[in-house]
Amino acid sequence: MSANGAVRRSECAMSPEKAVFLFSPGRSTEGAHAPSDGAATKRGPNFSQTADAPCPARSAIIPSMASLRETLARTRTSIFSRVQTLLGQADITNDTWDELEALLLQADVGAATSTKLLERLRERTRAEAILKADALRTALKEELVRLLEPAGAAAPLDYRATRMLEVMLIIGVNGAGKTTSIAKLSRLYTDKGRKVLLAAGDTFRAAAIDQLQIWGERAGIDVIAGKMNSDPGAVVFNAIQAAFARKSDLLIIDTAGRLHTKHNLMKELEKIRNVLQRNVHGAPHQTLLVVDAANGQNAIAQAKGFAAAVGVTGAVLTKLDGTPKGGVAFAIVSELGIPIHYIGTGEKIDDLERFDAHTFVDGLF
Amino acid sequence: MFEGLSDRLQSIFDRLGKRGFLTEKDVDEALREVRMALLEADVNFKVVKDFLVRVRERAIGAEVHKSLSPGQAVIKIVHEELLSTLGEGGHLDLGGAPPHVIMLVGLQGSGKTSTAAKLALRLRGAGRRPLLVAADTYRPAAIAQLEQLGKQLSIPVYSEGDKVSPPDICAHALAKAVSGAHDVVILDTAGRLQIDDAMMREVEEVKRRTKPQEVLLVADSMTGQEAVNIADAFNKRMQLTGLILTKIDGDARGGAAISMRAVTGVPIKFLAAGEKPDAFEQFHPDRLASRILGMGDVLTLIEKAQAQFDEVEAAKTAEKMLSARFDLEDFLGQMRQLRKMGPLGDLLGMIPGMKDALKGVAPEATERQFKRLEAMICSMTRQERHHPDLLNASRKRRVAAGSGTTVQELNQMLKQFRDAQEMMKKLSNNPRMRMMGGLMRGKR
Repeated sequence: MSANGAVRRSECAMSPEKAVFLFSPGRSTEGAHAPSDGAATKRGPNFSQTADAPCPARSAIIPSMASLRETLARTRTSIFSRVQTLLGQADITNDTWDELEALLLQADVGAATSTKLLERLRERTRAEAILKADALRTALKEELVRLLEPAGAAAPLDYRATRMLEVMLIIGVNGAGKTTSIAKLSRLYTDKGRKVLLAAGDTFRAAAIDQLQIWGERAGIDVIAGKMNSDPGAVVFNAIQAAFARKSDLLIIDTAGRLHTKHNLMKELEKIRNVLQRNVHGAPHQTLLVVDAANGQNAIAQAKGFAAAVGVTGAVLTKLDGTPKGGVAFAIVSELGIPIHYIGTGEKIDDLERFDAHTFVDGLF
Repeated sequence: MFEGLSDRLQSIFDRLGKRGFLTEKDVDEALREVRMALLEADVNFKVVKDFLVRVRERAIGAEVHKSLSPGQAVIKIVHEELLSTLGEGGHLDLGGAPPHVIMLVGLQGSGKTSTAAKLALRLRGAGRRPLLVAADTYRPAAIAQLEQLGKQLSIPVYSEGDKVSPPDICAHALAKAVSGAHDVVILDTAGRLQIDDAMMREVEEVKRRTKPQEVLLVADSMTGQEAVNIADAFNKRMQLTGLILTKIDGDARGGAAISMRAVTGVPIKFLAAGEKPDAFEQFHPDRLASRILGMGDVLTLIEKAQAQFDEVEAAKTAEKMLSARFDLEDFLGQMRQLRKMGPLGDLLGMIPGMKDALKGVAPEATERQFKRLEAMICSMTRQERHHPDLLNASRKRRVAAGSGTTVQELNQMLKQFRDAQEMMKKLSNNPRMRMMGGLMRGKR
């Protein structure tokens, strides 16, 4: 992301009309406080002042393909374009395979998944008599897409309003980006016509409740919160009652960050799930695991741990704007059958996109 | 998915049989396993490559010590090389005239705010007067978070809300530290991506204006291959003086530490290992090296045992064990000693090879058993504890009722105790064990 210019990519993501009332958690060109170094770019915690700033680069409606390509631009240039260069070469040699492995490893695809992937490719080169690196590239793309499409995986929740209350439980390790993702999700679903209510289930971390409430205010979405250090199960129960009373059709539940190895904290999560199951038909309709894309192979252990405790229906891959990785996605999907539902691509409330395997893989090449 | 490296290597070398020295073929085969282990531990691909070149050079032709198997010999070399890559744990440089400024930088969600509070608590424990500075004006409620942590720990927090620019806040905080006689100032900056130029310029500005003695990169131990780029970029722009690795209490192997250390050359200074404010440790390269290789954390276990084990108590038990006067009270004492060292699951997990053995065992099951056992013994009279044979049906009913257990459970426990007693008797007839008992007694 080029940050030198006065206008940042993230600001351009919204139309000027929209920007007037839209909160900008990202940088604004004229922040409330003047940057001391004289730089024109600044991130401001208050409402965006960028309404009048020209946004030449972006239009109001962003084709998701284009923005995803942009998001993955760094990945593309730093790693996968090298795959491309590499595979552009004429014949497949041993070096081709070695370098291919290196590139996959560096994208955090992981040793186990890379090995599997390469074995599969080797089989195909034999079976289909692939001799040229070009053909190998097509085969690799296909294999990558295949890895990202587990059979029978749950689809993300529908955007259309429902008559029954649906519940989305958001879980993950500390610092993965749960609260920010919730803000983005609530924005996304509100924009598409659903009546969203948030539950501040992180009663443990200092100021976590405030954080969600601030996001809620900015997005104009109600937040049900309890006291700090109170039982998150009780907060969730209250939120359910409130959701019924206010006729909300989507309740999104924030939870405290917890490492998947902490037994008692995983038990707490089970309790939250049980409260949901008892009080809302079919809840939680979605249990989304938030994973930091910069995480390495431990993300697999995280997914395993959370899946074992409360079940995981999908994942949100966050912080994909900065890291030229994302290979962790292949491992999570292929090893655990947990589909990626959304990707977080920035600090702004609109920086969330539906995940699509073809677009994702295409974007990488 | 991944067993201990030592086990995997062992199986290779079992096939090869014993030789006096390591051949090229032995080494290469072993290093393939080492490579997998390091990659699964998230050590950067290039760092692994360089590392293996060094190990290979040292290992080929190396003489295998009599007491070691070839596999162990390779592990030893790998371990030593890892140690030298990780380097010594560094200490904070707080020399010169106060106030000393410590600046924390890092990506979003790496744990800077929690780390700031933990560091402040540690420094106060060392007799300093820290001032925390809330310089994250971007993330919603980040300032409130630091303020709440400060309140919990009774450590003052300087903040000016989110409308003032971070460099200004930090500069003002410095003046405040002087007037308030604070000798250490800890700057909690906002999370930023290393490629975000505007944000990187902002921290450079903070650095220019506050002249910190320590610029510490706070990094998530779960970070993957990107760790090299993060550390490199921050180091180039900020001239880091150290690294802090967070969330090390999970099961990440922490290979990112090697990557970051290799690319920056700055020492790892602390590990943040838990949600509690005091979960903050000095860095020990040997422990992390073992962890990265999946060899357990024997040293931590030993240290824990040393710190927690009451030696007088231990000696008493040892004596009793040997004289076979081991009664229920000793049994309980022994169990309590064990529990003091932490949850049993954690404890056993630190022993090499045990992690796999424990995979299926729920940690809470052993804990619960401990508690029940304690309740049962505590519900007995002193006489009953010394002479369990006194326990007839009526007494058993009383004990079971008193401890909230059942007679069956009590019988089960008594059987366990008798087995233990029997084992003690056998051991006490063993001259080797007598010697150990003597050592334990002589240790004080």
